[in-house]
Amino acid sequence: MQVKLRVRRFNPEKQPKPWWGEYTLDNVSPNDSVLDLLHRVKWTIDGTLSLRRSCAHGVCGSDAMRINGVNALACKMLVARLADGRDSVKIQVEPILGLRVLKDLIVDMEPFFDHYRAVLPYFMNNSPAPANGRERLQSPEDRARFDDTTKCILCAACTTSCPSFWANDRYVGPAAIVQAHRFIFDSRDEGFQERLDVVGDTFGVWRCRTIFNCTNACPRDIEVTKAIAEVKMALTSGEV
Amino acid sequence: MSIKIHTHAFDAIIVGAGGAGLMAALYASRGANVAVISKLYPTRSHTGAAQGGIGAALGNLEEDRWEWHAYDTVKGSDYLADQDAVDVLCREAVETVVELEHMGLPFDRTPEGKISQRRFGGHTNNETKKPVMRACHAADRTGHMILQTLYQQCIKNKVNFFDEYHVVDLIRVDNTVRGIVAVCLATGDFHVFHGKAVMFATGGWGRCWEVTSNAHSLTGDGAAICLRRGVPMEDMEFFQFHPTGIFKLGILITEGVRGEGGVLINGKGERFMEKYAPTIKDLASRDVVSRAIYLEIQAGNGVNGQNYVHLDVTPETVNKYLAEAGETRRLTAEMIEQKLPDIADFTRTYLGVDPVKEPMPIQPTAHYAMGGIPTDVDGCVILDAANTVLDGLYAAGETACVSVHGANRLGTNSLVDLVVFGRRAGVHMAHYCRQAELLPLPDNPAAGVMAEFERIRNGKGDAKAAALRTRMQKTMTDNVGVFRTAHLLQQAQDDLRELRQEYANIQIDDNGRQFNTDLLEAWELGCLLELAEVTALSAAAREESRGGHARDDFPQRDDEQWLKHTLCHKEGDQYRLDYKPVVIGRYQPQERVY
Repeated sequence: MQVKLRVRRFNPEKQPKPWWGEYTLDNVSPNDSVLDLLHRVKWTIDGTLSLRRSCAHGVCGSDAMRINGVNALACKMLVARLADGRDSVKIQVEPILGLRVLKDLIVDMEPFFDHYRAVLPYFMNNSPAPANGRERLQSPEDRARFDDTTKCILCAACTTSCPSFWANDRYVGPAAIVQAHRFIFDSRDEGFQERLDVVGDTFGVWRCRTIFNCTNACPRDIEVTKAIAEVKMALTSGEV
Repeated sequence: MSIKIHTHAFDAIIVGAGGAGLMAALYASRGANVAVISKLYPTRSHTGAAQGGIGAALGNLEEDRWEWHAYDTVKGSDYLADQDAVDVLCREAVETVVELEHMGLPFDRTPEGKISQRRFGGHTNNETKKPVMRACHAADRTGHMILQTLYQQCIKNKVNFFDEYHVVDLIRVDNTVRGIVAVCLATGDFHVFHGKAVMFATGGWGRCWEVTSNAHSLTGDGAAICLRRGVPMEDMEFFQFHPTGIFKLGILITEGVRGEGGVLINGKGERFMEKYAPTIKDLASRDVVSRAIYLEIQAGNGVNGQNYVHLDVTPETVNKYLAEAGETRRLTAEMIEQKLPDIADFTRTYLGVDPVKEPMPIQPTAHYAMGGIPTDVDGCVILDAANTVLDGLYAAGETACVSVHGANRLGTNSLVDLVVFGRRAGVHMAHYCRQAELLPLPDNPAAGVMAEFERIRNGKGDAKAAALRTRMQKTMTDNVGVFRTAHLLQQAQDDLRELRQEYANIQIDDNGRQFNTDLLEAWELGCLLELAEVTALSAAAREESRGGHARDDFPQRDDEQWLKHTLCHKEGDQYRLDYKPVVIGRYQPQERVY
């Protein structure tokens, strides 16, 4: 099948304004991913096209992009899904929104990781470990409580689809709250209060307007909006 | 155009931020000023793609002992692993997995709340010979949890990271190490990191092959840099083909699928592993299963006459075989969703196949380098058959060869290797940095590699990196795959020599500085080409079949001549092979039957 690929290009070393690169690709397999298409452009048409990617199967989180107006991982978005049965399809690829574009599809991830680090995204437990030298015990039910939020790969698809984040980039954003949730609801963790102080701040969970873009954008199918709601409830009740 | 060179000084420099690099960073930073330098953001590292589990004889669900794990590892290695190192691996696996839990790693739990464990290929109760539940897991994303947990702990402990800095050279002066040279991806500037100790934890080079489970970034940078700086490569002929990659794509389908009861079925509907491994069948070692699949396909037993077989984990099929085997446990659709959620997601996304209802088309996929940078059990890099250490240089993880995997790695042991030897290397580095001096940098330490970059940038030839890479992957797949012969290996060497010559005339499109991934991909191709050549050369020399190295023309293992490790040195443009003895301990080599 044929794909008319339109890619938002930007290279500040060459010209100050972004532009659209247009590429007509024939003999595309419906099973090709958008990453395959971008690689085809980079490897056979224009080597200057720049993007981040690594694992190419949706677990490393490198290649979140805006594809036909919706955030997704380029490696997990197959042409078949966008073509919807048609034999030719237009696909538009842009960098994710709300972070500064550095070159083509590459954005500045530092503000995203600053928000991540702000929620103290690490296990805290100062109680002595079991005297028998073995693991701390945790029931399967307690473990299940935070399972969904352990899946996060920090791809930023959620945060950069969030209108509240677009409006004010000091909002920690859904990805950071997902990380906070993973620890707040872990029965072994003792950092509950410290972490709630951060996510309960002016730029914390109350910026969320329950728009659900984050949930729709998550390539790992995390129920992000639900996780944020649970953190809000923990804040109001003081309990998990 | 002038290029800026920046200089930084640290005690220890760790290259790579996967499991081994992060574990080393946590330990080294307790006693030394450490920088972790990675071409990817740390959470993008390929440790995160590991699925099924990390092996440790915790005995949480049934009796197990670390010595059994050690025996299984040695047997799995086809007796090429160094048994003193294997003892360290399997003994320390137990405390290290507990330590990961104490760091917060969310393992799945048994009903009593302990770390849950499952069966995996080649892991057995040594007395009954039956599969044992040894793989500690967090669904089918155990590696993701390890990577996230270690990165989280590094943040907590304020480890210094240089993310998206691509290391391109090692600064070695005679037998001392002075630091590394890196390119900052965002600016294209060169950075010299001056230090007392350097560790490579840069992962494997599966991208030498066409069908691989490996990330695009796995281009063997650390190994190639060491090779160029006078470090030999050990046992490069042993590269693991994982039996169950998604057909054509190579995406890994964990052995945990078979651990949960999944079976391999050929085009005739036969469970063919019963022929090849009568005792543990589908849970035989990976080399054994990959060869069996290959032979079935060769015999015309592929599904629909194509080059794949089926991996069937549908409850109907699994329960039929469980009942036949007299087992009481049964598999349900809910258990598949719960224990193998990512696998289900992969096959639904990429194949449109629902593993709860249909079998998955699979073929062997290039997966893991057993060989690599030779080290001792503290991660210290060794230079020759006499085990001479190069002070201050370390390696750990897939890029290193301790050797604990020998000729074939057991499933789960890569994650064990990362954390056990990452930790030991980190401890040793901190100790080393306390007594070592910071030796001065040589003049223009970046000059050599900068010249190579300028050569690629200004190349006027007509060779494109992507086209050369495709040809390299094709010859490696056709000729240095599951089965090899002298003829095939000669073909590969001829092709690779030709590609090396064409690589000298490479040309790229991007002449900019910022995020010049065109330039860096071309440089990475140089690493892959060298490692491919060393692999083919080492494989051609080894005239026997052992573990992952199967020669049609030499089908038997030959302990008399070949119970030894290969060391391949680079001397100018030539390679020289040397050998060193295997450390044998409690287990004398025996015939390997599963």
